[in-house]
Amino acid sequence: MTDRTAGLFVEGEPIHDTKAPAGPIETRWSRRKFEAKLVNPANRRKLSVIVVGTGLAGASASATLGEAGYVVKSFCYQDSPRRAHSIAAQGGINAAKNYKEDGDSVFRLFYDTVKGGDYRARESNVFRLAEVSTNIIDQCVAQGVPFAREYGGLLDNRSFGGVQVSRTFYARGQTGQQLLIGAYQALQRQVAAGSVEVFTRHEMLELVIVEGRARGIIVRDMVSGEIETHLADAVVLATGGYGNVFFLSTNAMGCNVTATWRAHRKGALFANPCFTQIHPTCIPVSGEHQSKLTLMSESLRNDGRIWVPKDPADRDKDPRQIPEEARDYYLERIYPSFGNLVPRDIASRAAKYQCDEGKGVGPGGLGVYLDFADVIARLGVDTVKARYGNLFDMYARITGENPYETPMRIYPAVHYTMGGLWVDYDLQSTIPGLFVAGEANFSDHGANRLGASALMQGLADGYFVLPNTIRDYLAAGPFPTVAQDAPEVVEARSAVQTRIEGFLSSNGSRTVDSFHRELGHIMWEYCGMERSEEGLLEAISRIRALRKEFQDDVRVLGANEQVNASLEKAGRVADLIDLGELMCIDALQRRESCGGHFRVESQTEDGEALRHDDEYAYVSAWQYSGEDGPPVLRKEPLVYEFVEMKQRSYK
Amino acid sequence: MKITLRIWRQAGKDAPGRLVSYQRDDVSPDMSFLEMLDVLNEDLIAKGEEPVEFDSDCREGICGMCGLVINGEPHGPQVTTTCQLHMRSFEGCDSITIEPLRADAFPVLRDLVVDRSPLDRIIQAGGYVSVNTGSAPEAHSQLVPKVHADRAFDAAVCIGCGACAAACPNASAMLFLGAKVTHLGELPQGQPERDARVVNMLNQHDEEGFGGCTNVGACATACPKEIPLDVISQLNKDLRHSLVKGL
Repeated sequence: MTDRTAGLFVEGEPIHDTKAPAGPIETRWSRRKFEAKLVNPANRRKLSVIVVGTGLAGASASATLGEAGYVVKSFCYQDSPRRAHSIAAQGGINAAKNYKEDGDSVFRLFYDTVKGGDYRARESNVFRLAEVSTNIIDQCVAQGVPFAREYGGLLDNRSFGGVQVSRTFYARGQTGQQLLIGAYQALQRQVAAGSVEVFTRHEMLELVIVEGRARGIIVRDMVSGEIETHLADAVVLATGGYGNVFFLSTNAMGCNVTATWRAHRKGALFANPCFTQIHPTCIPVSGEHQSKLTLMSESLRNDGRIWVPKDPADRDKDPRQIPEEARDYYLERIYPSFGNLVPRDIASRAAKYQCDEGKGVGPGGLGVYLDFADVIARLGVDTVKARYGNLFDMYARITGENPYETPMRIYPAVHYTMGGLWVDYDLQSTIPGLFVAGEANFSDHGANRLGASALMQGLADGYFVLPNTIRDYLAAGPFPTVAQDAPEVVEARSAVQTRIEGFLSSNGSRTVDSFHRELGHIMWEYCGMERSEEGLLEAISRIRALRKEFQDDVRVLGANEQVNASLEKAGRVADLIDLGELMCIDALQRRESCGGHFRVESQTEDGEALRHDDEYAYVSAWQYSGEDGPPVLRKEPLVYEFVEMKQRSYK
Repeated sequence: MKITLRIWRQAGKDAPGRLVSYQRDDVSPDMSFLEMLDVLNEDLIAKGEEPVEFDSDCREGICGMCGLVINGEPHGPQVTTTCQLHMRSFEGCDSITIEPLRADAFPVLRDLVVDRSPLDRIIQAGGYVSVNTGSAPEAHSQLVPKVHADRAFDAAVCIGCGACAAACPNASAMLFLGAKVTHLGELPQGQPERDARVVNMLNQHDEEGFGGCTNVGACATACPKEIPLDVISQLNKDLRHSLVKGL
């Protein structure tokens, strides 16, 4: 540690996952399921579980726990559980079915995922993920998910970035939607059966801990403003990722970190917060009014060629007038063997470098061309339309340009966060009784997530992992009844009320969105595609100044007792500001490059990411130590017994 | 672009509502429709006026959370969701009227925000296949002809936005209902509960206060996902089968 980072954090005791069995990796999950205590069906009715979030992980967990006979309460901030942002996933879901007989296996999916994560994920967790992947497809087909099929009636597969087998199941470009509707319908079936109660337009604002156990949540009814307490024997957070810390991302407008951040403040460790995924092919920003970014599926890189003009003077020219010899197809030039199909982190950084050199195209010089002229000349417009028609239409609608005639402009955007609350093999956080599933936890993707793996993880956690591990905890329940006026409940409620009153009475001059936008600029500039010690220190000091200004000068109009989007956003942005600082500190302490985390100080001679396994093969799990204390870094060492750690190369 | 907005303002569920005019002089044709409203809200807050409440989440046309009636049409002049509309569609148009989705079953909660929970309750009445987690057979144990899988998919793309009911002169949600009945009815997995599903979902639909279908077709015109009108024919066909069986 250099002097410049001194005081920003302190190092604490290491942490270990005590739940994963040792021994042969192929039998670890079966052994854990066998060892986990059972709850007999008659007793399940006496046990209650709160599940926050209704995306793939939350909806599938609620439905499965309801089917098993537990009493479940499910919460979402949207007006229906079906709207959670899993719905926007386009590409597909991986599963080791080996239907193509192309050499796929559970072990190969496990291997690809560990390698794709740049050796910063846990072997035990990833193996289990690969193992249950096949059950997910069976379950979804049985629910009526209309996956793409071949003429013979069998399920179709396609291949995806970073792998050499075809193991991705898909439903046109709307796989996330179809999987989520499957889980949503399973959830609604349990609502009808009376085992699950759903609370829509309810936002979790605090966690209730009694005698060291997570026992409930404080929520705000987003229509009436009422602050409600809900108590249970265990709490599950399936509240997604925190990409909106960058303001502009492919996340939905409402995605936020509040549920997990509130739990973090109450003792749950937050792991690898700096691991974020930046997707190379998104539609560029069009102006200051921009509210979110839209992804153009990775599949476009199969046929599109990425280039920029060699001469920065050509960047405002009509691209069709730039002759072949004046173009730089930089991915094909630098990475001849993978070309336009290099992994996401590499493609994103390469685009940034071109724009940094002044060759970027479009407004602000932040874009590169994705050109389909060659494939249209080779296969004809109709074939291209059949493959990518809906994406081309979406592009035309958003930009007003016709991608059949002129190249698309694309630029990287924040897409997914690999970090999240630290969990053990049982998906339990460091707070007993608090479980975390899906993107909200940190466990499976290491420093970079492979395409079509997010849907797999969400459903694996919700359908198959959590319902089996949570019973080991619930078997000791029901826990003593907590009264609505217990001191812990009263304290949590009054903390929420005080915070809301604080926002409404601050009477400042700046809107919540203006703070959010400024936070996003800081994060993107200094903690985005490229990070340096200098930049991260700058970011931390700016974020601290921003936090102070937010406290003094935010303006939230209206009252608590009404639909009030500004009030909702105020709490979310305040938490994102705090998270942003922790992300920068995490990025600062990890003085290596791995996956989506690129430190300029740690690169090979030709500018590729350079890991330092001897020093950084650990999970950085952060412990909260109050508003003024520095966060405590607790390292979980990563041990690789089944996969050899190698430096990735795509040249 | 210079545009006069006339926006429905309503303080709460039981409060009276009215259209309020806002003059906008700096609208960029590259803004999405909802970004145009974001900018309006920033200006209103700066002036100390309460912002216009409206629903939106994914802003990429798939979650179904947004839905405004724009110049009398749910989701406005193009075949897409409100969030995917861009202001360039309104060039040459000097006034835009913005209202919430209108249907008796969708009460206004505030301004442009409505309660669409009836759609969830219709799904609860039978819009699913009863299969518990872990009890599914191997995925390839049942073949599904591609034409059936494709038709199921075409119906399953419904985003549950409610534009169909808002467009219908009878405020009927039959396109929503027909889409689900067709999606599950096309697949072998949906067969065991097919007869009961249509009857139970239809009863719930009527109980929620949606009107009956008179084959106007405004729903299919308004649908941002282009769900075809024939899902309603399918629904009627399934219903006849069920009634013949005495369900």
